[in-house]
Amino acid sequence: MPASSAPAPRSSSALVALRGVAKTFPNGTQALAGLDFEVRQGEFVSLVGPSGCGKSTALRIIAGLSEPTEGVVEWAERAEKAERRSRIGFVFQEPTLMPWANVRDNVRLPLKFAAARGADAAARVEAALERVGLKAFARAYPRELSGGMRMRVSIARALVTQPELLLMDEPFAALDEITRFALNDDLLQMWQTLRTTVVFVTHSVFESVYLSNRIAVMSPRPGRIVTELASDVPYPRGRDFRTSVEYAGLCRRASEALGRAMAGGGQ
Amino acid sequence: MSRASSRRGRRDRALRVVLPVIVLALGLAIWEAVVRAWHIPPYVLPDPVLVWRTLIADWALLGQSLLVTLTTTVEGFLLAAVGGVGLAVLFNQSRVVEYSLYPYAVILQVTPVIAIAPLLLVYLQQPTAVLVCAWIVAFFPVLANTTLGLNSVDRNLADLFALYGASRLEVLWNLKLPSALPYILAGLRIAGGLSLVGAVAAEIAAGSAGAGSGLAFRITESGYRLNIPRMFAALILLSVTGIVIFYALALVNYLALRRWHESALQGER
Repeated sequence: MPASSAPAPRSSSALVALRGVAKTFPNGTQALAGLDFEVRQGEFVSLVGPSGCGKSTALRIIAGLSEPTEGVVEWAERAEKAERRSRIGFVFQEPTLMPWANVRDNVRLPLKFAAARGADAAARVEAALERVGLKAFARAYPRELSGGMRMRVSIARALVTQPELLLMDEPFAALDEITRFALNDDLLQMWQTLRTTVVFVTHSVFESVYLSNRIAVMSPRPGRIVTELASDVPYPRGRDFRTSVEYAGLCRRASEALGRAMAGGGQ
Repeated sequence: MSRASSRRGRRDRALRVVLPVIVLALGLAIWEAVVRAWHIPPYVLPDPVLVWRTLIADWALLGQSLLVTLTTTVEGFLLAAVGGVGLAVLFNQSRVVEYSLYPYAVILQVTPVIAIAPLLLVYLQQPTAVLVCAWIVAFFPVLANTTLGLNSVDRNLADLFALYGASRLEVLWNLKLPSALPYILAGLRIAGGLSLVGAVAAEIAAGSAGAGSGLAFRITESGYRLNIPRMFAALILLSVTGIVIFYALALVNYLALRRWHESALQGER
């Protein structure tokens, strides 16, 4: 699905859309104002913006963890809240694992509760562990793992429900570059195999260009989308792409867009 | 990591056992020497050998008293554990209950138990009154620590549980209680020692003789009779009880947390 570089009109293929969303916290901080953002079926879209611009808040609103003070969240299909939740996976910046439970029990967590209780839980857990390459560590405890491995567990847990929408909130920001690049590649591979839709929040222009086919640039707080860029280089993207002229060019365009967004709100 | 550092670790552990034993032996030797050198009479300060002999000779009496005090302490501790954790969970689930009852839990805690004991003895049978005292002293640290633990849940994990539609009870059982476990265990370690304090304080306040008299009563009684060697023997038994309770709870703490909690980490990673 090649995306155009202009902000998309209302499209029938939108999985979920935020329309005129504003969020003001009880302490008076206005995180978002007039945010319009569409997530299309099957795409890998990144939200890029300066820190504190409300990227995470936008993600939490999509997940239903936070309610907008203004505006609406529109889903393509009508569904009960509980049912919709079973189709969302969430990965935080921290691995957010239960330290008292081993890797397998951590990955099984989503299948224990109402939203995604299923009979074939054990098989799905094993498949998810296999997918992130941690089958051998199923019985290990989180503190026995490296930062990258913990994040893999976190991703396996998000994918164990086979979500149609995967929301990721700067998941690799705390990792070293080698680990981050490896996880970038693994994530792209999983995205292609599973055909899920990904919304990826990051402050790294380079990461967003490498991963996504669409980049939405946000203004400083109160955040809204000021520009959208297409990054329509075909997948699979590998190490060659990272060093290509195309990649460098896209990064420059994205950086300039971000620079404009930060300077003048994108006008 | 290296063999040298593991050897150092082993030597460190050995020192932790050997050094206190040496201090004990030294202390006993000085005690014995002082009593002999100055010919101090046993009704002022008995020497360690006499205390030991008294312990053996009076074992029938002291052993029974030990059992009484130990039973009260353990019962008080268990009630404190159940009551403290239970009340904390209730507070956590219902703000109304918390606001209504918490001030009274504090009052119960800050009023010295030795001052409450005589009143309790007016209304309750002696064994019950002693048990209630042990409970009063021991339950608050469990309540306070469990409350802190239940409120220390990782917010992102809580969000995750919400996202996956966990019910209140499921959140409590699968998230809040495991998160609170290190805090609960810390509370229990304090409670173990305090329930012994509560039992002893109440026994001293009760002060009446009978078959059901605990170690603290034996101490008071021996004091009146100037039977100082027995006083020391009973005191040693109380001390040993306290030590055993402390280390038993430390062991439980270690076994429960060693796989995952920072507090139970050992050595290098």
